[in-house]
Amino acid sequence: MANFIQFFTSGLLVGGLYALIALGVVIILKATGIFNFAQGMIMMVGGYVCWTVMSGLGLPIWVSILITFIIAAVFGFAVERLLLRPLIGQPILSAILMTLALSYFLNGLVVAVWQGKYQLFPQFIPSQAIKLGGAIFSSQLIIAFVVAMIVFGIFTIIFLKTRVGLFMRATSEDHQLAQATGIGVKGIFGLTWAIGVVLATIGGILLGSINGLNPAMADVGLKAFPAVLLGGLESIPGALIGGISIGILEIMAASYLDPLVGGGIRDVAPFVILLVVLIFKPYGLFGLAKIERV
Amino acid sequence: MNRPSGTLNSSYAQDMAIVRTRLQWILLVAGIILLFCLPLFASSYWLSVLNIIGISVIAVLGLNMLSGYCGQISLGHAAFIAVGAYTSAILTTRFALPFWIALPCAGLATGVVGLIFGLPSLRIKGFYIAMATLAAQFVIIYIAAHWRSVTGGTDGMVVPPPRIGNLILNSEGSMFIVIMSIAVMMTFFAKNLARSRIGRAWVAVRDNDIAAEVMGINLFKYKLLAFFVASVYAGIAGSLWAHYMRAINPEHFPLMQSIWYLGMVIIGGLGSIAGAVFGAVFMTLLEQLVIGVGPAIGSIFPSFATVTSLAFSSMAFGLVIALFLIFEPRGLAHRWELFKAGYRFWPYSY
Repeated sequence: MANFIQFFTSGLLVGGLYALIALGVVIILKATGIFNFAQGMIMMVGGYVCWTVMSGLGLPIWVSILITFIIAAVFGFAVERLLLRPLIGQPILSAILMTLALSYFLNGLVVAVWQGKYQLFPQFIPSQAIKLGGAIFSSQLIIAFVVAMIVFGIFTIIFLKTRVGLFMRATSEDHQLAQATGIGVKGIFGLTWAIGVVLATIGGILLGSINGLNPAMADVGLKAFPAVLLGGLESIPGALIGGISIGILEIMAASYLDPLVGGGIRDVAPFVILLVVLIFKPYGLFGLAKIERV
Repeated sequence: MNRPSGTLNSSYAQDMAIVRTRLQWILLVAGIILLFCLPLFASSYWLSVLNIIGISVIAVLGLNMLSGYCGQISLGHAAFIAVGAYTSAILTTRFALPFWIALPCAGLATGVVGLIFGLPSLRIKGFYIAMATLAAQFVIIYIAAHWRSVTGGTDGMVVPPPRIGNLILNSEGSMFIVIMSIAVMMTFFAKNLARSRIGRAWVAVRDNDIAAEVMGINLFKYKLLAFFVASVYAGIAGSLWAHYMRAINPEHFPLMQSIWYLGMVIIGGLGSIAGAVFGAVFMTLLEQLVIGVGPAIGSIFPSFATVTSLAFSSMAFGLVIALFLIFEPRGLAHRWELFKAGYRFWPYSY
């Protein structure tokens, strides 16, 4: 039983990060209708950029995180303006391929600029073993989870309660109607991408400070996709619940099944869940079932 | 449709013919003869490039039928190629079957695997299919890496070269003949399939699936068929790849490779058989160019000297797909059509 609690809570803590990355995907998807396949790569590059700002310029951690956010936001605007705006009116396939092209580019960039090396953040989140009812955790994971939840909360409130958020939701309903009511839809697209990239970057910094930066981080970012689909594409609470469920299920699968099949279940379990979701409940737990009429 | 003026069809057979005029026949025959004479005078470096192109052409033809004609995006094509490669490798090493039997078996086995992962297309479409194939990519490669007793795990497998009687086909030139003959046959088959009832049904499904269903097209059947055909092509390409490289490993078939094939489809032109060939040729040559230029970049910017050309080729590739999507979304095949039309109407451009 103690094992079970340990696995459950570790999964919960990891799942918080997935939820954060998934939120970035969902916000971009809701507002612009584009599923950002590059989110994992952006997360990794965000982590590396923060590391470079910090170690290259010798700035304190909080300043460098702030600078990284500014870079990330500018990058988000640039991606929308340069890559995706020319594709407005093209079939959705083109936009998906554009995000894939972006992830291909960033994949090369990480090797070209950072040589794809393993890098460690100087420790800025205290790391101690914390005992909770028979289970032991690193305080890093707990703090990362708390930070992820706070960020998740802030962006959800922005999305649901502010004027900008209202514009975003209006845009997600219908681009043309939103434009007709005087909303600058293009600006909203840019802003949404900036938010999505910043969210990915936060995920990258948190993950990098726990596990160290490495090219395999991008694969961790990909696990946000099963989370998004499990929660339902358009649902923000879905991203949270989906992310945490994927985290828990993946740790459980790894703990109980790994001895049977010889390891590595953790990386594939989210995708098996994804397949099951697609077959039995394609619109996820909280997604809108699409009804098409001629 | 694409006829010089004055060439009129007077029978159904003429209307259906792929090759219509004498000049086209001459060019086709001369082209094929030239292609198969290449091993006589091409260096082994260029033969190896052409072999890679040939295998890519087969893989991309399949993907183009699934994504370009039927509109189902696949992010798992590299994994399906892996299924073909492993099937062929297992059949030839563990069951000592000859390559010539393993090749079609690899195609069929991959086709069946493709059907399994195409099953979710019963309920979902478009972007969700991309997700299902993304899952296929990870699940298949996981199985290849962890089913040690059959696939050799992360150590991979050593594959024997194909042989005819006592003749072992292990040189670039002999593999070139094998790969190119199969590639030419597969291209011909794809060309015919794409303009048959099946191909037209796929296009209808892609353009508007509801309208297609109303017209009496069985959506599920044709989508599954597209998955099957695409996977058979992937399996054949994988089998050839395994026997050409003579060593396979799960790391040879990453997600990035799947995107690479999708990029070839885009750059060549979605929904075009010629486009698949253009895309494969263009991207492979671009990769070779970047590998050739990489060291030069390293000497100009010493900080990049240690970087492998792999990084530059992925950056260049991402950039090229992005540029094509923005400036020429219909790909090289469209340019080729424009060129042909321009040639035909010259000097009167209308």
